[in-house]
Amino acid sequence: MTAHDLYLLSPELSMVGLATALLLLDLFVARKSLILGLGVVGLIVPLGFTIALWFTIGDDSAAENTGVLAGTLVVDKFALFFKFLFIGAVAVVGLISVDYVQRFERFRTEFFALALYSATGMMLMAATVELITLYISLELSSLPLVALAAFLRDGRSSEGAMKFLVLGGISSAILLYGMVYVFGFTGTTYLDEVAARIGDLSANSDQPFGSYALLLGIALLIAGFGFKITAVPFQMWAPDVYEGSPTPVTAFLSVASKAAGFAIILRVFYVAFPVEELSIEWSAVFAALAALSMTVGNLVAIAQSNIKRLLAYSTIAHGGYLLVGLAAVAARTGGDEVDFGPSGVLFYLAGYAVMNLAAFSVVIAISNHINSDAIKDYAGMAKRAPYLAAALAFALLSLTGIPPTVGFIAKVYVFGAAVNAGLEWLVVVGVINSVISAYYYFSVIKVMYLSSPQSDEPILSRFPIRLAVGVTTVGVLVFGVYPIVLLDIAKAAAQALFS
Amino acid sequence: MSDWLEIAAWLVFLLPLASFVLIVAFIRPFFIQYADVAGRITIGAIAIAFALALVLFVEVVNNGGRQIGWTGHEWLAVGEFDLSLGIFMDGLTAIMLVVVTGVSLLVQVYSTGYMKDDPGYARYFAYMSFFTASMVGLVVASNVIQLFVFWELVGLSSYLLIGFWYHKPSAAAAAKKAFLVTRLGDFGFLLAIFYLYFNGATFSAAGLNALDIPDIHDAMNMGIIAPGVAMWIALGLFAGAVGKSGQFPLHTWLPDAMEGPTPVSSLIHAATMVAAGVFLVARFFPVFEASEIALNTVAIIGGITAVLAATMGLVMNDVKRVLAYSTVSQLGYMMLALGVGAPGGGIFHLFTHAFFKCLLFMGAGSVSHATGGTFDMRYMGGLRPHMRWTYITFLIGSLSLAGIFPLAGFWSKDEILAFAFGGDGTVSLVVFLLAVIAVFMTAFYMFRALFMVFEGEYKGGADADPDAESHGPSDHPHESPHSMIGPMGVLAVLAVVAGLLASPIIDLGPIPKHWLVHDFLHSDGADFNILIAAGSTVLALAGILLAYLMYLSKQISAERVGSAFRPLYILFSRKFYFDELYEEVVTVRLFYRVVARALDWADRSIVDGAVRLVDQFSRNVGRGIAQAQTGQVQGYGMAVSVGVLAILGAYLLFK
Repeated sequence: MTAHDLYLLSPELSMVGLATALLLLDLFVARKSLILGLGVVGLIVPLGFTIALWFTIGDDSAAENTGVLAGTLVVDKFALFFKFLFIGAVAVVGLISVDYVQRFERFRTEFFALALYSATGMMLMAATVELITLYISLELSSLPLVALAAFLRDGRSSEGAMKFLVLGGISSAILLYGMVYVFGFTGTTYLDEVAARIGDLSANSDQPFGSYALLLGIALLIAGFGFKITAVPFQMWAPDVYEGSPTPVTAFLSVASKAAGFAIILRVFYVAFPVEELSIEWSAVFAALAALSMTVGNLVAIAQSNIKRLLAYSTIAHGGYLLVGLAAVAARTGGDEVDFGPSGVLFYLAGYAVMNLAAFSVVIAISNHINSDAIKDYAGMAKRAPYLAAALAFALLSLTGIPPTVGFIAKVYVFGAAVNAGLEWLVVVGVINSVISAYYYFSVIKVMYLSSPQSDEPILSRFPIRLAVGVTTVGVLVFGVYPIVLLDIAKAAAQALFS
Repeated sequence: MSDWLEIAAWLVFLLPLASFVLIVAFIRPFFIQYADVAGRITIGAIAIAFALALVLFVEVVNNGGRQIGWTGHEWLAVGEFDLSLGIFMDGLTAIMLVVVTGVSLLVQVYSTGYMKDDPGYARYFAYMSFFTASMVGLVVASNVIQLFVFWELVGLSSYLLIGFWYHKPSAAAAAKKAFLVTRLGDFGFLLAIFYLYFNGATFSAAGLNALDIPDIHDAMNMGIIAPGVAMWIALGLFAGAVGKSGQFPLHTWLPDAMEGPTPVSSLIHAATMVAAGVFLVARFFPVFEASEIALNTVAIIGGITAVLAATMGLVMNDVKRVLAYSTVSQLGYMMLALGVGAPGGGIFHLFTHAFFKCLLFMGAGSVSHATGGTFDMRYMGGLRPHMRWTYITFLIGSLSLAGIFPLAGFWSKDEILAFAFGGDGTVSLVVFLLAVIAVFMTAFYMFRALFMVFEGEYKGGADADPDAESHGPSDHPHESPHSMIGPMGVLAVLAVVAGLLASPIIDLGPIPKHWLVHDFLHSDGADFNILIAAGSTVLALAGILLAYLMYLSKQISAERVGSAFRPLYILFSRKFYFDELYEEVVTVRLFYRVVARALDWADRSIVDGAVRLVDQFSRNVGRGIAQAQTGQVQGYGMAVSVGVLAILGAYLLFK
């Protein structure tokens, strides 16, 4: 461990430091909202370190100068991309919880501190290149989330958290099983060495994945990761947990936790199993999961009457669109644009983060006021809260994938990658699903704009929430109108997977 | 340096857009009591944009009128599909920018007077800013898709402005008509874009991008595009231009568009919207040049429009409608010029026309302002002593439009006539004759309007007009406020001198003969032909004389002429029955009764059935899956296990 290693780990270390400092401050400071504000502002430190790292490491992040802690962690643009995303997401979550924490009688500071710890785990997940470290960082991100889900301490919240814990345990076990098989077959837990060993071993073409052991290993890994990214049929926990949790936690789960899941899937599958025959086979599994997730998520969302539950199913559907990008492996067609699919996934994740956080920010602003998450209670919001209603409508348009929003560009990019990879059928499924999704997104807009309001009382919201709504909405528009900057960053990040 | 210029070019577009956003997002919701700020913001933004446009114009002049090359900004690249946004700055763009921002600026100043006390004052200026921004976006576009987006935005904003007084049914109907009729042409434009895209391989073989406008020019110059392909692209683009520029047979929306506030009409007719069609053809002129059929189509449609619209202008009683048909006719002139291979002449006429037509509309607005809100010339008359400035400027505009030496309209019209005359082939000769006929009619209808409005006895204004929509005080006609007269004065000066920029005989030193056409737009100019110049002037004077005899000295009775040519009179005043043809025959008989009925049946039985099926299917499936969401953790764990087994099973069974 050298000073340079400390520098490489500085974003994570400063996150942990920030969380701990907030907990300590809690002992002395009576105004808890002040601590929350301090926490959000304090995120500048890890953000600053991440930006510094982005510009100091080269494009080809050679492992020898970025490998940390015996080479289990790597600091490359791929990891840094996700660190930006997690820091941004946790900052927005901090802003939108400002009113929400008033509902808790105790542990107000712990709420944000736990979110910071969880985000630290996610940052490590994005950086890890070794299976055991991966497992530990995954648990570091999950356990605080369980506590956060239970924070309301009412029946639904506790029930959701319990399910999250039990099913999270099951999926962890499955994941570990999968890792064991991979380790048993290759004799190593380092992803790059796994790839090398698989290349050395002569594959038996009669067996799927060249060997039954790898088949079992990969299938179990997919199931374990599938829990994290709410891929059908591993998504069952999500609606209950999303509905029961405090809404800022739901937003965090649906954006950051899901992004972390995609980070490790991209890392594991593109680094450890990049062999051509292998990648074609696992991409078929992802394609099937993509079709299932999109279809199930959208169809069930139609029937929802609660906005949080609706967004939960919408999250599942968007997991499906993201999986389309994951399934778009260049090896399928022997194409040369290797980073097309992964960079599409990264762009989609960032775009999804801003649009979903925009939607959740508005939902929080409104539900804080009307104490209801029922869609029918959004009637006439366009009159009671014109700006919030417009922002929510815009976010929903983006989630549907209509220009000029980031959601449109993200879908174009991911579907374009799939077409390039010869997955036209999957794109057809995706487009049909986008049409279905328009139905339930638009029905929310319709209720807000065409139904008459239940009261004329305007919705007031506090500055931090308005700031969150404003920043995310501008993000949806800017990335939708001028996407190339973010696309270039996503491409640079995806390139790191192939160096 | 060129970086700085590119920022300036973007600002010309962004400033009006910012003004729109500012008014819509802040002034209207929060500060509506300060609505008059909206006008100042708009004027300020457009004034700066105009200054920048002048700077850009000078830079392009210094560059010899050639394109200032800026690389596009990559906007989206998905595989083969590569889309860059950028600014295409050449002589055409530079002069259009000056015209658009300059005329828009004057119209905004005029509007502060004209729209004073209108309840929608802030909304009006928001739309005007948006309209200007869209038009600027259109003329600077370096990519076909970019151009198309702004093309549609121009259509949208004109829809909003024509229907500005949306509570008036006629305004709402006119807005709808403008939107739908132009959309017919846009369909052709869209097809042309698709056709370009599908020919992308030809372009990329030469390292070019099929959607990039400079690349399209290069491809045409290299001759890698077959004439047949160029013809279809050109005809598609021309269809778009026919819709936007109100050319025959899609001209019917333009006169109805008079329902909007008068300053909107002057902006639409002078600098934006209708100029877009002419601009489009000029912008893609190399494509048109590659196909003789396309060029001839443009020339003939232009010639027909020039005469047809002029005949309708002869008999209208609404002063704005006279001007509207005059615009259609003059746009026909511009198209005709493009069609005979004189893009420089066409744009030159667009340039001069922008000034005098804008001026004439402002004059019509001023007159209506004075008479309490009527536009019907039969209830005006005798306004000359009351409205000195309006009269003088209107007279200058009319003389310029009629093409009287040495006003601006004379030079640009003569340029087109001489070029058409000098061209070889029957088409040139035919359109030359059409253009000559139009010269006579133009002079006649303009002076008919001038005499009816300003001479004779005052006939009561809006109070006498049973159809007038608003009844302001009309018993004492009065001159309009300075905010309205000022812009008219500026335009009147321009309507006199603007022609010198491309005069074929006057050499001003820094501005040599044919400057605008030759040296700036790099187009062929026609040599001055004294016979044509004298002949067309005599024809115009004859038109003025006839108008004088019929409407001022009354030596020829207008009524008797009308009854002698009764069938023609009816045909003209009913606008050749085009509205009836489109609305009753095409829309009602053919479309409603035949096509719509068949589609209705198909919709009810096939489409609805399928939709209901999908609806029920997805709802039931959705509910079914939702049933699985029992809330039981055991069930959820089960689903995970089943999922793992399914993945394994699929591979074991099928591999």
